[in-house]
Amino acid sequence: MRVVIEKRQAVSQSARILVPLISFVLSLVFGAFLLFLSGVDPLVTYAAMAKGALGGRYALSETLVKAIPLMLTGLGVSIAFRMLFWNIGAEGQLAMGGVAATGVALFLAERMPSWSVLPAIILAGMLAGAVWGAIPALLRAYLKVNETITTLMMNYIAVLWVSHLYHIPWRDPQGYGFPGTAQFPTVAWLPRLFDRVHLGLVLAVVAAAVLWFVLQRTKWGFEIRITGENPRAARYIGIDIARNIVMVVLLSGALCGLAGACEVSGVMHRMQQGLTVGYGYTAIIVAWMSQLNPWGALLVAFLLAALLVGGDQIQLAMGLPAAMAFVLQGALLFPMLGGALFAEYRLRIIRTDSGGAATAPGIGMEEAR
Amino acid sequence: MSETGTPEPILRMTGITKRFPGVLANDRISLEVYEGEVLALLGENGAGKSTLMNVLCGLYRPDEGAIYVNGRPAEIHSPRDAYELGIGMVHQNFMLVETMTVAENVVLGLQGLAFRPDLAEVARRLQDISAHYGLEVDSDAYVWQLSVGEQQRVEILKLLYRGAEILILDEPTAVLTPQEVEDLVRILRRLISEGKAAIFITHKMNEVMMFSDRVTVLRQGQVTATLSTSETTPQELARLMVGREVLFRLEKEPCQPGVPVLEVEELEALNDKNLPALRGVSLTVRAGEIVGIAGVAGNGQRELAEVITGLRAATAGDVRVNQTCVIGCSPHEMITAGVGHIPEDRVGVGLVGSMSVSDNLALKGYRGPELSRGPVLVPSAIQSFARRLIDAFDIATPGPETQVKFLSGGNLQKTILARELTACGGLLVAVHPTRGLDVGATEAVRKLLLAQRDQGTAVLLISEDLDELLAVSDRVAVMFEGRVVDVVPATGADVAALGLMMAGGQPQAEGVVE
Repeated sequence: MRVVIEKRQAVSQSARILVPLISFVLSLVFGAFLLFLSGVDPLVTYAAMAKGALGGRYALSETLVKAIPLMLTGLGVSIAFRMLFWNIGAEGQLAMGGVAATGVALFLAERMPSWSVLPAIILAGMLAGAVWGAIPALLRAYLKVNETITTLMMNYIAVLWVSHLYHIPWRDPQGYGFPGTAQFPTVAWLPRLFDRVHLGLVLAVVAAAVLWFVLQRTKWGFEIRITGENPRAARYIGIDIARNIVMVVLLSGALCGLAGACEVSGVMHRMQQGLTVGYGYTAIIVAWMSQLNPWGALLVAFLLAALLVGGDQIQLAMGLPAAMAFVLQGALLFPMLGGALFAEYRLRIIRTDSGGAATAPGIGMEEAR
Repeated sequence: MSETGTPEPILRMTGITKRFPGVLANDRISLEVYEGEVLALLGENGAGKSTLMNVLCGLYRPDEGAIYVNGRPAEIHSPRDAYELGIGMVHQNFMLVETMTVAENVVLGLQGLAFRPDLAEVARRLQDISAHYGLEVDSDAYVWQLSVGEQQRVEILKLLYRGAEILILDEPTAVLTPQEVEDLVRILRRLISEGKAAIFITHKMNEVMMFSDRVTVLRQGQVTATLSTSETTPQELARLMVGREVLFRLEKEPCQPGVPVLEVEELEALNDKNLPALRGVSLTVRAGEIVGIAGVAGNGQRELAEVITGLRAATAGDVRVNQTCVIGCSPHEMITAGVGHIPEDRVGVGLVGSMSVSDNLALKGYRGPELSRGPVLVPSAIQSFARRLIDAFDIATPGPETQVKFLSGGNLQKTILARELTACGGLLVAVHPTRGLDVGATEAVRKLLLAQRDQGTAVLLISEDLDELLAVSDRVAVMFEGRVVDVVPATGADVAALGLMMAGGQPQAEGVVE
């Protein structure tokens, strides 16, 4: 008996859905093994995580709060990946969005008409994220500089700059030395829907709808899809690829910047530690698992947020490190990447008789069905 | 099976059936190959030749049917299984790693290889094999340094190195010069004289006659006949292949040239390696006229087409379309200027394989008011546009939503033609529009080009097929080393003189040759 890998005729549609699902389950199995090694009952732990993330109104609202930045950055990363622009810079773009929103909230809000404060914060956040994304986009589009490296490097600059800002120049003078800016004036607070869940949730759903519409129903989205599937054909039919890369990454950065603005103005009401906690990296997992589908990104972001909140809960309830959630998150990617194989290939098990000769072809054919 | 006096076939395929979504690619096909013979597998594009051979070398699994090698049932699940049974295939698109040497390519993927293979030993064995069969290749050369003909020899060497007894050659002559074709005939004869066997996939009757001992003809997924080559004629084969008598001559109205649409003057451009490819090309194509460009591949034809379509920058000279200078225009501006383009590489450039037929038909028209309103596409308009073109150009597809990569070669080209002829505004650049197409599709494409000409379009036709150029064009320009050597009327053109010019002869020498 032996196992062979065969190419499928067409990309399997069921594999597109099953692979992320099975990957999720496999990562839980892998996590169970780790939990077992740490000396706790994996089932009890998972039950605690599920309860902490989804059991009850408070848990659910905390999960949604964490899902919002993952949704927005996940959408941002997805649209860039569609164009084969490997934007690893969502974290930095989120950080810069947070900085710009904070700047508006702290220094301009009180001199502006109150109705204009929130739109200004949101626009400033989006603009800053877009500008931060534009730098590697321009370098890639016109000088062919590898964007994986530049976007990643610019994350460090942005994250450290955020840290510098709230530690020194923007630190709250009345904050007893605690690192963080002063609290924003209430006009600069993003309205809350319920509990701590803020308007960002609506913005994320709207963003997904807009992205879906742009991709499926507009000329520009058509060009993005063509470029992603076959860049040579895109050039041949007269699509300006360089310009489109810049435009798409502006949009991608704007969505990530919006996530940052929502975090400072909707959740923390100040800029402090906790703005850059890795949402922008988790966004890559969101994009990959959702297979760049905007609606899928919302769903996957929610799942991963539940994992994060559940991880916090087991820290409180069972004394386990919260990093366990990140381990599970990382463990998700391996079966995802491996599983992508099965969208294009399938496994077949071939039985051979004791003499070693192959069985009659007809039998092999039955197994194939 | 072997008890009778007749020899045992080295390979037998029986009742092979293979279905694809909406297509029955192979319908109960049976064939036999004997030691020491070349079997030609003749059929139009989409007749099922490549599918059948992909079944044989383990890339596809048949839905029904059985394969016997040396009389024993064979289970072939992968190319490796095929290799182990002594079956190897030279694909149309070579499977070589360009940045590796010939010897490295040969051992690539071999099982039981040492961690650090002894490449010197491999090279020695390769030299033995190539000397034995007359397959001259430098085993230390990098693949990217080799010509297409040499790369094909590497593919054959690879199979021989692995001990292949049955060689499958998928349209091997499509990329070869006439001299290289003669070399290939010689190599094949040498191989089968030693008891090996070959399956030769083709859709050209003259190649069947030149290469094969027997021929199996496929039509629409079924075997229509298996004949001994010496007992058949090209006409009979053509009839078996397309199911009717083929018109080898094209009916053509006299050309009515109008105003100049494309004017090229002293054009210069570089190739991909930044070496001069065009060295002062001058050419005019008028409305309602087809100008053919003849020449051996690599003499600047491709670069000329790319400059005219905006895909390559010119370094000097002038190009005018409809009396407007278009030097420095982007591909989009060239499309707007009215230039349609049938690209050389259908699948790699002309189409987006994973997108639907209707999306592919809309690849140029999506910008216009017919298919979009402002920035928004109108899906219903794209659908009806696609249905109209599918009908008008007779594109065989299960439906407009089918992914275009599932269509056969001829229908891929019809899809491109439908789009380009519809979008084209005065000038059409067609690069090898019938290469690799079967007789029926070739005829359809040529008729479409002529119909376009009769509607007043200026057509620049680049082809390596001199017969096609003479049949379709009104004037033929010969290119050699980046220059147009001469332009002659197609009617009454002397093929020998054209051939001489393609090889670098001077037009003045014409009289001497005759």
